Amino acid sequence: MTDTNVILTAAQITELIDLVKRMHGFDFSGYTKASLKRRITRIMQLKKLSFYDLKHALVNNQDFFQEFLEEITVNVTEMFRDPSFYKGLNSQVIPYLSTYQHSKIWVAGCSTGEEVYSMAILMREAGLSNKSFIYGTDINTEVLREARRGIYSLRNIKSYAENYQFTGLKGSISDHFTILYDAASIHNELKQNTLFSVHNLVSDGIFNEFQLISCRNVFIYFETELQEHILELFYKSLCPLGYLCLGSKETIRSDTFKKKFKVINPKENIYQKIGS
Amino acid sequence: MAPDKNLLERWKSAEILLLGGSAGSFKILFQIVKLLAPDLNKTVIIVIHRKKNFFSEIEKLFAENSRMLMREIGDKDILNKNTIYIAPANYHTLIEKEGTFALDVSEPVWFSKPSIDVTFESAAEVYKERCIAILLSGANQDGAEGLLKLRNSGATTIAQHPEDAEMTEMPTAAINIGAAEYILHTDEIFTLLST
Repeated sequence: MTDTNVILTAAQITELIDLVKRMHGFDFSGYTKASLKRRITRIMQLKKLSFYDLKHALVNNQDFFQEFLEEITVNVTEMFRDPSFYKGLNSQVIPYLSTYQHSKIWVAGCSTGEEVYSMAILMREAGLSNKSFIYGTDINTEVLREARRGIYSLRNIKSYAENYQFTGLKGSISDHFTILYDAASIHNELKQNTLFSVHNLVSDGIFNEFQLISCRNVFIYFETELQEHILELFYKSLCPLGYLCLGSKETIRSDTFKKKFKVINPKENIYQKIGS
Repeated sequence: MAPDKNLLERWKSAEILLLGGSAGSFKILFQIVKLLAPDLNKTVIIVIHRKKNFFSEIEKLFAENSRMLMREIGDKDILNKNTIYIAPANYHTLIEKEGTFALDVSEPVWFSKPSIDVTFESAAEVYKERCIAILLSGANQDGAEGLLKLRNSGATTIAQHPEDAEMTEMPTAAINIGAAEYILHTDEIFTLLST
Protein backbone atom coordinates (compact mmCIF):
# COMPACT_ATOMS: atom_id res chain seq x y z
CA MET A 1 0.00 0.00 0.00
CA THR A 2 2.54 2.58 1.06
CA ASP A 3 5.86 3.60 -0.27
CA THR A 4 8.08 2.70 2.64
CA ASN A 5 10.53 5.43 1.62
CA VAL A 6 8.43 8.21 3.10
CA ILE A 7 9.31 8.40 6.77
CA LEU A 8 8.21 11.38 8.80
CA THR A 9 9.56 12.11 12.24
CA ALA A 10 7.51 13.54 15.10
CA ALA A 11 9.59 16.72 14.86
CA GLN A 12 8.71 17.12 11.17
CA ILE A 13 5.01 16.72 11.95
CA THR A 14 5.30 19.45 14.58
CA GLU A 15 7.13 21.65 12.09
CA LEU A 16 4.34 21.23 9.54
CA ILE A 17 1.65 21.94 12.12
CA ASP A 18 3.41 25.19 13.03
CA LEU A 19 3.86 26.14 9.40
CA VAL A 20 0.19 25.55 8.54
CA LYS A 21 -0.88 27.51 11.58
CA ARG A 22 1.33 30.49 10.75
CA MET A 23 0.68 30.54 7.00
CA HIS A 24 -2.96 29.51 6.81
CA GLY A 25 -4.44 29.96 10.27
CA PHE A 26 -5.52 26.34 10.71
CA ASP A 27 -4.48 24.73 13.98
CA PHE A 28 -3.93 20.98 13.76
CA SER A 29 -1.99 20.69 17.01
CA GLY A 30 -4.88 18.93 18.77
CA TYR A 31 -5.31 16.31 16.05
CA THR A 32 -4.30 12.71 16.77
CA LYS A 33 -0.76 12.27 15.60
CA ALA A 34 -1.03 8.74 14.21
CA SER A 35 -3.75 9.61 11.70
CA LEU A 36 -2.27 13.02 10.89
CA LYS A 37 1.02 11.35 10.10
CA ARG A 38 -0.71 8.77 7.92
CA ARG A 39 -2.56 11.48 5.98
CA ILE A 40 0.55 13.61 5.45
CA THR A 41 2.54 10.56 4.33
CA ARG A 42 -0.28 9.78 1.92
CA ILE A 43 -0.28 13.20 0.29
CA MET A 44 3.51 13.07 -0.05
CA GLN A 45 3.21 9.74 -1.83
CA LEU A 46 0.33 10.80 -4.07
CA LYS A 47 2.06 13.99 -5.13
CA LYS A 48 5.55 12.52 -5.02
CA LEU A 49 6.79 15.22 -2.71
CA SER A 50 9.76 15.23 -0.39
CA PHE A 51 9.34 16.89 2.99
CA TYR A 52 11.06 19.97 1.63
CA ASP A 53 8.78 20.07 -1.46
CA LEU A 54 5.77 19.77 0.77
CA LYS A 55 6.82 22.74 2.89
CA HIS A 56 7.63 24.72 -0.22
CA ALA A 57 4.20 24.07 -1.72
CA LEU A 58 2.46 24.92 1.55
CA VAL A 59 4.23 28.26 1.75
CA ASN A 60 4.02 29.29 -1.90
CA ASN A 61 0.91 27.77 -3.35
CA GLN A 62 -2.50 28.68 -1.95
CA ASP A 63 -4.33 26.22 -4.21
CA PHE A 64 -2.14 23.44 -2.93
CA PHE A 65 -3.18 24.25 0.61
CA GLN A 66 -6.84 23.58 -0.28
CA GLU A 67 -5.85 20.20 -1.66
CA PHE A 68 -3.71 19.51 1.38
CA LEU A 69 -6.60 20.40 3.67
CA GLU A 70 -8.93 18.11 1.77
CA GLU A 71 -6.46 15.26 1.88
CA ILE A 72 -5.50 15.43 5.53
CA THR A 73 -9.02 15.88 6.81
CA VAL A 74 -10.75 12.58 6.13
CA ASN A 75 -13.81 13.03 3.94
CA VAL A 76 -15.04 9.48 3.71
CA THR A 77 -18.73 9.43 4.60
CA GLU A 78 -21.91 7.52 3.80
CA MET A 79 -25.64 8.03 3.88
CA PHE A 80 -27.19 6.16 6.80
CA ARG A 81 -23.82 5.06 8.08
CA ASP A 82 -24.31 2.82 11.14
CA PRO A 83 -27.97 2.13 10.40
CA SER A 84 -28.67 1.23 14.03
CA PHE A 85 -27.85 4.83 14.92
CA TYR A 86 -30.73 6.05 12.75
CA LYS A 87 -32.97 3.43 14.30
CA GLY A 88 -32.10 4.80 17.73
CA LEU A 89 -32.59 8.37 16.58
CA ASN A 90 -35.97 7.52 15.12
CA SER A 91 -37.31 5.88 18.24
CA GLN A 92 -35.62 7.95 20.95
CA VAL A 93 -35.05 11.44 19.59
CA ILE A 94 -37.62 12.09 16.85
CA PRO A 95 -40.58 11.96 19.31
CA TYR A 96 -38.83 14.69 21.30
CA LEU A 97 -38.13 16.82 18.22
CA SER A 98 -41.74 16.53 17.12
CA THR A 99 -42.84 18.38 20.27
CA TYR A 100 -41.09 21.51 19.03
CA GLN A 101 -42.73 24.12 16.86
CA HIS A 102 -39.48 24.20 14.95
CA SER A 103 -36.23 22.31 15.54
CA LYS A 104 -32.69 23.02 14.50
CA ILE A 105 -30.13 20.32 13.83
CA TRP A 106 -26.38 20.75 13.42
CA VAL A 107 -24.26 18.15 11.63
CA ALA A 108 -20.71 19.16 12.55
CA GLY A 109 -17.93 17.95 10.26
CA CYS A 110 -20.46 17.11 7.55
CA SER A 111 -17.94 16.65 4.73
CA THR A 112 -19.74 16.03 1.40
CA GLY A 113 -23.17 16.15 3.03
CA GLU A 114 -24.35 12.55 3.05
CA GLU A 115 -25.16 12.65 6.72
CA VAL A 116 -27.06 15.92 6.43
CA TYR A 117 -29.27 14.41 3.73
CA SER A 118 -29.73 11.21 5.73
CA MET A 119 -30.98 13.39 8.57
CA ALA A 120 -33.22 15.31 6.15
CA ILE A 121 -34.70 12.03 4.89
CA LEU A 122 -35.28 10.85 8.43
CA MET A 123 -37.12 14.10 9.24
CA ARG A 124 -39.12 13.94 6.04
CA GLU A 125 -40.24 10.40 6.70
CA ALA A 126 -41.25 11.44 10.23
CA GLY A 127 -43.36 14.22 8.69
CA LEU A 128 -41.15 16.92 10.23
CA SER A 129 -39.70 18.43 7.06
CA ASN A 130 -41.49 21.72 7.47
CA LYS A 131 -40.69 21.93 11.13
CA SER A 132 -36.97 21.39 10.98
CA PHE A 133 -33.80 22.91 9.61
CA ILE A 134 -30.43 21.21 9.25
CA TYR A 135 -27.07 22.99 9.28
CA GLY A 136 -24.08 21.17 7.85
CA THR A 137 -20.64 22.58 8.64
CA ASP A 138 -17.09 21.65 7.78
CA ILE A 139 -13.70 23.40 7.75
CA ASN A 140 -13.28 22.62 4.09
CA THR A 141 -14.95 24.81 1.45
CA GLU A 142 -14.40 22.28 -1.32
CA VAL A 143 -16.36 19.45 0.31
CA LEU A 144 -19.15 21.89 1.17
CA ARG A 145 -19.51 22.71 -2.50
CA GLU A 146 -20.13 19.03 -3.18
CA ALA A 147 -22.51 18.86 -0.26
CA ARG A 148 -24.59 21.71 -1.69
CA ARG A 149 -24.77 20.00 -5.06
CA GLY A 150 -26.13 16.85 -3.44
CA ILE A 151 -25.20 14.62 -6.35
CA TYR A 152 -23.75 11.22 -5.54
CA SER A 153 -22.50 8.41 -7.72
CA LEU A 154 -24.91 5.58 -8.32
CA ARG A 155 -22.36 3.09 -7.07
CA ASN A 156 -22.32 4.78 -3.69
CA ILE A 157 -26.10 5.03 -3.64
CA LYS A 158 -26.31 1.25 -3.86
CA SER A 159 -24.33 0.90 -0.67
CA TYR A 160 -26.41 3.67 0.95
CA ALA A 161 -29.56 1.78 0.01
CA GLU A 162 -28.17 -1.24 1.80
CA ASN A 163 -27.53 0.87 4.90
CA TYR A 164 -31.06 2.26 4.64
CA GLN A 165 -32.52 -1.24 4.69
CA PHE A 166 -31.00 -1.82 8.12
CA THR A 167 -32.42 1.41 9.60
CA GLY A 168 -35.90 -0.03 9.91
CA LEU A 169 -37.36 3.06 8.20
CA LYS A 170 -40.54 2.30 6.34
CA GLY A 171 -40.02 4.31 3.17
CA SER A 172 -37.60 3.81 0.35
CA ILE A 173 -34.35 5.68 -0.12
CA SER A 174 -35.08 6.08 -3.83
CA ASP A 175 -38.07 8.31 -2.98
CA HIS A 176 -35.61 11.03 -2.13
CA PHE A 177 -33.51 11.49 -5.23
CA THR A 178 -33.61 11.50 -9.01
CA ILE A 179 -31.38 9.23 -11.04
CA LEU A 180 -29.44 10.92 -13.83
CA TYR A 181 -27.34 8.48 -15.83
CA ASP A 182 -24.77 7.20 -13.35
CA ALA A 183 -25.54 9.67 -10.60
CA ALA A 184 -28.31 10.36 -8.12
CA SER A 185 -29.41 13.88 -7.32
CA ILE A 186 -31.00 14.67 -3.96
CA HIS A 187 -34.50 16.16 -4.31
CA ASN A 188 -34.74 19.91 -3.98
CA GLU A 189 -37.37 19.50 -1.33
CA LEU A 190 -34.74 17.98 0.95
CA LYS A 191 -32.21 20.66 0.14
CA GLN A 192 -34.62 23.47 1.03
CA ASN A 193 -34.29 22.72 4.72
CA THR A 194 -30.52 22.59 4.74
CA LEU A 195 -27.72 25.12 4.90
CA PHE A 196 -24.05 24.33 4.43
CA SER A 197 -21.41 26.67 5.76
CA VAL A 198 -17.79 26.80 6.85
CA HIS A 199 -17.17 26.30 10.56
CA ASN A 200 -13.93 25.29 12.22
CA LEU A 201 -14.58 23.31 15.40
CA VAL A 202 -11.11 24.16 16.67
CA SER A 203 -11.35 27.93 16.40
CA ASP A 204 -14.95 29.04 15.73
CA GLY A 205 -17.67 29.58 18.29
CA ILE A 206 -21.39 29.16 18.82
CA PHE A 207 -23.61 30.26 15.94
CA ASN A 208 -27.07 29.09 16.94
CA GLU A 209 -29.06 27.07 19.46
CA PHE A 210 -29.86 23.49 18.53
CA GLN A 211 -32.16 20.69 19.60
CA LEU A 212 -29.82 18.12 18.12
CA ILE A 213 -26.12 18.08 17.28
CA SER A 214 -24.56 15.19 15.42
CA CYS A 215 -20.79 14.95 15.21
CA ARG A 216 -19.94 11.42 14.22
CA ASN A 217 -16.53 10.03 13.32
CA VAL A 218 -14.94 13.43 13.86
CA PHE A 219 -13.74 13.09 17.46
CA ILE A 220 -11.55 10.16 16.45
CA TYR A 221 -9.23 12.70 14.78
CA PHE A 222 -8.88 14.82 17.93
CA GLU A 223 -6.84 14.33 21.05
CA THR A 224 -8.74 14.24 24.33
CA GLU A 225 -8.03 17.87 25.22
CA LEU A 226 -9.40 19.19 21.95
CA GLN A 227 -12.42 16.89 22.29
CA GLU A 228 -13.14 18.57 25.60
CA HIS A 229 -12.90 22.03 24.06
CA ILE A 230 -15.43 21.01 21.40
CA LEU A 231 -17.72 19.34 23.93
CA GLU A 232 -17.89 22.71 25.68
CA LEU A 233 -18.90 24.33 22.38
CA PHE A 234 -21.58 21.69 21.80
CA TYR A 235 -22.87 21.93 25.34
CA LYS A 236 -23.32 25.69 24.99
CA SER A 237 -24.91 25.28 21.54
CA LEU A 238 -27.59 22.87 22.76
CA CYS A 239 -30.93 23.91 24.21
CA PRO A 240 -31.73 22.43 27.63
CA LEU A 241 -32.38 18.69 27.16
CA GLY A 242 -31.01 18.85 23.63
CA TYR A 243 -29.32 15.79 22.15
CA LEU A 244 -25.73 15.14 21.18
CA CYS A 245 -24.78 12.23 18.92
CA LEU A 246 -21.23 10.95 18.66
CA GLY A 247 -20.03 8.04 16.53
CA SER A 248 -20.58 4.49 17.70
CA LYS A 249 -16.93 4.12 18.74
CA GLU A 250 -16.64 7.58 20.29
CA THR A 251 -17.58 8.26 23.89
CA ILE A 252 -17.45 11.24 26.22
CA ARG A 253 -14.32 10.56 28.29
CA SER A 254 -14.07 13.77 30.27
CA ASP A 255 -15.45 13.57 33.84
CA THR A 256 -16.62 17.17 33.62
CA PHE A 257 -18.83 16.43 30.64
CA LYS A 258 -19.95 13.01 31.81
CA LYS A 259 -21.87 14.92 34.49
CA LYS A 260 -23.34 17.35 31.99
CA PHE A 261 -24.75 14.75 29.65
CA LYS A 262 -27.02 11.80 30.27
CA VAL A 263 -26.43 8.67 28.18
CA ILE A 264 -29.59 7.95 26.21
CA ASN A 265 -28.26 5.19 23.98
CA PRO A 266 -24.96 3.67 25.15
CA LYS A 267 -24.42 1.66 22.00
CA GLU A 268 -24.89 4.51 19.56
CA ASN A 269 -23.49 7.16 21.91
CA ILE A 270 -26.53 9.40 21.94
CA TYR A 271 -26.43 11.85 24.85
CA GLN A 272 -28.82 14.39 26.30
CA LYS A 273 -27.78 17.69 27.85
CA ILE A 274 -28.67 17.94 31.52
CA GLY A 275 -28.29 20.89 33.89
CA SER A 276 -27.92 24.30 32.31
CA MET B 1 7.92 -29.73 15.60
CA ALA B 2 9.33 -27.69 18.48
CA PRO B 3 9.61 -23.99 17.70
CA ASP B 4 12.96 -22.43 16.93
CA LYS B 5 14.71 -21.41 20.15
CA ASN B 6 15.32 -17.86 19.04
CA LEU B 7 11.68 -17.50 18.01
CA LEU B 8 10.56 -18.86 21.36
CA GLU B 9 12.71 -16.31 23.17
CA ARG B 10 11.27 -13.49 21.15
CA TRP B 11 7.70 -14.68 21.58
CA LYS B 12 8.22 -14.71 25.33
CA SER B 13 9.68 -11.23 25.48
CA ALA B 14 7.16 -9.60 23.10
CA GLU B 15 4.69 -7.14 24.60
CA ILE B 16 2.24 -7.18 21.71
CA LEU B 17 0.85 -9.99 19.62
CA LEU B 18 -0.67 -8.84 16.33
CA LEU B 19 -2.90 -11.21 14.38
CA GLY B 20 -4.12 -10.43 10.88
CA GLY B 21 -6.53 -12.56 8.90
CA SER B 22 -9.06 -12.43 6.13
CA ALA B 23 -11.02 -15.07 4.22
CA GLY B 24 -10.39 -18.50 5.68
CA SER B 25 -8.77 -17.24 8.89
CA PHE B 26 -11.70 -17.42 11.26
CA LYS B 27 -11.18 -21.02 12.38
CA ILE B 28 -7.51 -20.62 13.19
CA LEU B 29 -8.10 -17.29 14.97
CA PHE B 30 -10.81 -18.96 16.99
CA GLN B 31 -8.34 -21.68 18.02
CA ILE B 32 -5.70 -19.10 18.91
CA VAL B 33 -8.10 -17.07 21.02
CA LYS B 34 -9.05 -20.27 22.81
CA LEU B 35 -5.52 -21.35 23.62
CA LEU B 36 -4.03 -18.04 24.77
CA ALA B 37 -3.30 -18.12 28.50
CA PRO B 38 -5.08 -15.57 30.71
CA ASP B 39 -1.75 -14.55 32.26
CA LEU B 40 -0.03 -14.13 28.89
CA ASN B 41 1.24 -10.71 29.96
CA LYS B 42 0.80 -9.34 26.42
CA THR B 43 -1.64 -7.17 24.55
CA VAL B 44 -3.29 -9.08 21.71
CA ILE B 45 -4.72 -7.22 18.71
CA ILE B 46 -6.79 -8.98 16.07
CA VAL B 47 -7.53 -7.40 12.71
CA ILE B 48 -9.94 -9.53 10.69
CA HIS B 49 -11.72 -8.42 7.52
CA ARG B 50 -15.49 -8.42 7.61
CA LYS B 51 -18.49 -6.66 6.17
CA LYS B 52 -19.73 -3.41 7.66
CA ASN B 53 -23.43 -4.11 8.15
CA PHE B 54 -22.99 -7.77 8.81
CA PHE B 55 -23.46 -7.86 12.55
CA SER B 56 -21.07 -10.67 13.01
CA GLU B 57 -21.03 -12.78 16.08
CA ILE B 58 -17.26 -12.91 15.90
CA GLU B 59 -16.64 -10.85 19.04
CA LYS B 60 -19.23 -12.80 20.98
CA LEU B 61 -17.89 -16.17 19.87
CA PHE B 62 -14.34 -15.14 20.63
CA ALA B 63 -15.25 -13.73 24.04
CA GLU B 64 -17.19 -16.81 25.05
CA ASN B 65 -14.27 -19.05 24.19
CA SER B 66 -11.38 -17.01 25.49
CA ARG B 67 -9.81 -17.08 28.92
CA MET B 68 -8.52 -13.58 28.32
CA LEU B 69 -10.47 -10.35 28.52
CA MET B 70 -11.94 -9.50 25.12
CA ARG B 71 -12.75 -6.00 23.86
CA GLU B 72 -13.88 -4.41 20.64
CA ILE B 73 -11.63 -1.36 20.20
CA GLY B 74 -13.15 2.04 20.94
CA ASP B 75 -11.45 5.31 20.05
CA LYS B 76 -8.74 6.39 22.57
CA ASP B 77 -8.94 3.10 24.48
CA ILE B 78 -5.72 2.28 26.33
CA LEU B 79 -3.80 -0.85 25.31
CA ASN B 80 -3.85 -3.11 28.36
CA LYS B 81 -2.01 -6.37 28.91
CA ASN B 82 -3.85 -9.68 29.16
CA THR B 83 -6.55 -8.34 26.88
CA ILE B 84 -7.52 -9.32 23.36
CA TYR B 85 -8.61 -6.36 21.25
CA ILE B 86 -10.53 -6.77 18.05
CA ALA B 87 -10.54 -4.05 15.40
CA PRO B 88 -14.09 -2.78 14.72
CA ALA B 89 -15.66 -3.19 11.29
CA ASN B 90 -15.68 -0.13 8.99
CA TYR B 91 -12.80 1.63 10.80
CA HIS B 92 -9.05 1.43 10.53
CA THR B 93 -7.23 0.98 13.82
CA LEU B 94 -4.08 2.98 14.48
CA ILE B 95 -1.89 3.00 17.57
CA GLU B 96 -0.71 6.24 19.16
CA LYS B 97 2.67 6.75 20.77
CA GLU B 98 1.10 7.01 24.21
CA GLY B 99 -0.22 3.46 23.93
CA THR B 100 -3.78 4.30 22.97
CA PHE B 101 -5.87 3.29 19.98
CA ALA B 102 -6.98 5.87 17.43
CA LEU B 103 -9.68 4.95 14.93
CA ASP B 104 -9.90 6.26 11.38
CA VAL B 105 -12.68 6.11 8.80
CA SER B 106 -10.61 6.96 5.72
CA GLU B 107 -10.79 5.02 2.46
CA PRO B 108 -10.37 1.22 2.47
CA VAL B 109 -6.94 -0.28 1.79
CA TRP B 110 -7.00 -3.34 -0.48
CA PHE B 111 -10.80 -2.96 -0.39
CA SER B 112 -10.63 -3.57 3.33
CA LYS B 113 -11.62 -1.54 6.36
CA PRO B 114 -10.23 -2.52 8.84
CA SER B 115 -6.99 -2.90 6.97
CA ILE B 116 -4.24 -5.09 8.42
CA ASP B 117 -1.56 -2.95 6.73
CA VAL B 118 -2.72 0.16 8.56
CA THR B 119 -2.61 -1.41 12.01
CA PHE B 120 0.64 -3.28 11.42
CA GLU B 121 2.38 -0.17 10.09
CA SER B 122 1.32 1.94 13.00
CA ALA B 123 2.30 -0.78 15.51
CA ALA B 124 5.70 -1.00 13.81
CA GLU B 125 6.34 2.67 14.46
CA VAL B 126 5.36 2.59 18.08
CA TYR B 127 6.37 -0.86 19.33
CA LYS B 128 9.18 -1.94 16.98
CA GLU B 129 10.96 -5.07 18.30
CA ARG B 130 8.43 -5.39 21.10
CA CYS B 131 5.83 -6.87 18.66
CA ILE B 132 5.29 -10.28 17.23
CA ALA B 133 2.93 -10.47 14.27
CA ILE B 134 1.26 -13.35 12.46
CA LEU B 135 -0.38 -13.03 9.06
CA LEU B 136 -2.93 -15.74 8.29
CA SER B 137 -5.12 -16.91 5.44
CA GLY B 138 -6.66 -14.34 3.11
CA ALA B 139 -7.65 -13.73 -0.49
CA ASN B 140 -5.93 -10.38 -1.03
CA GLN B 141 -2.62 -8.69 -0.33
CA ASP B 142 -3.55 -6.67 2.71
CA GLY B 143 -1.06 -7.13 5.54
CA ALA B 144 2.01 -7.92 3.46
CA GLU B 145 3.38 -4.34 3.40
CA GLY B 146 2.52 -3.88 7.04
CA LEU B 147 4.33 -7.07 7.95
CA LEU B 148 7.36 -5.87 6.01
CA LYS B 149 7.36 -2.60 7.94
CA LEU B 150 7.20 -4.56 11.16
CA ARG B 151 10.09 -6.74 10.12
CA ASN B 152 12.15 -3.71 9.10
CA SER B 153 11.53 -2.10 12.45
CA GLY B 154 12.77 -5.15 14.34
CA ALA B 155 9.53 -6.95 15.10
CA THR B 156 9.21 -10.74 14.82
CA THR B 157 7.14 -11.58 11.77
CA ILE B 158 5.41 -14.84 10.88
CA ALA B 159 3.32 -15.92 7.91
CA GLN B 160 1.06 -18.94 8.01
CA HIS B 161 2.45 -21.62 5.68
CA PRO B 162 0.49 -21.25 2.43
CA GLU B 163 0.03 -25.03 2.35
CA ASP B 164 -2.11 -24.75 5.48
CA ALA B 165 -3.94 -21.55 4.57
CA GLU B 166 -7.44 -21.88 3.17
CA MET B 167 -6.71 -18.82 1.01
CA THR B 168 -3.06 -18.57 0.14
CA GLU B 169 -2.81 -15.10 -1.39
CA MET B 170 -2.27 -13.11 1.79
CA PRO B 171 0.55 -15.12 3.38
CA THR B 172 2.10 -15.70 -0.06
CA ALA B 173 2.18 -11.96 -0.79
CA ALA B 174 4.01 -11.39 2.48
CA ILE B 175 6.48 -14.19 1.82
CA ASN B 176 7.16 -12.90 -1.72
CA ILE B 177 8.25 -9.48 -0.52
CA GLY B 178 10.39 -10.90 2.25
CA ALA B 179 8.11 -9.71 5.04
CA ALA B 180 7.95 -13.03 6.88
CA GLU B 181 10.93 -13.93 8.99
CA TYR B 182 9.28 -17.24 9.84
CA ILE B 183 6.86 -19.35 7.82
CA LEU B 184 5.04 -21.66 10.18
CA HIS B 185 2.53 -24.46 9.82
CA THR B 186 -0.70 -24.03 11.73
CA ASP B 187 0.24 -26.55 14.41
CA GLU B 188 3.59 -24.80 14.89
CA ILE B 189 1.75 -21.53 15.44
CA PHE B 190 -0.45 -23.20 18.05
CA THR B 191 2.57 -24.73 19.79
CA LEU B 192 4.41 -21.42 19.87
CA LEU B 193 1.46 -19.45 21.22
CA SER B 194 0.69 -21.98 23.91
CA THR B 195 4.29 -22.08 25.16
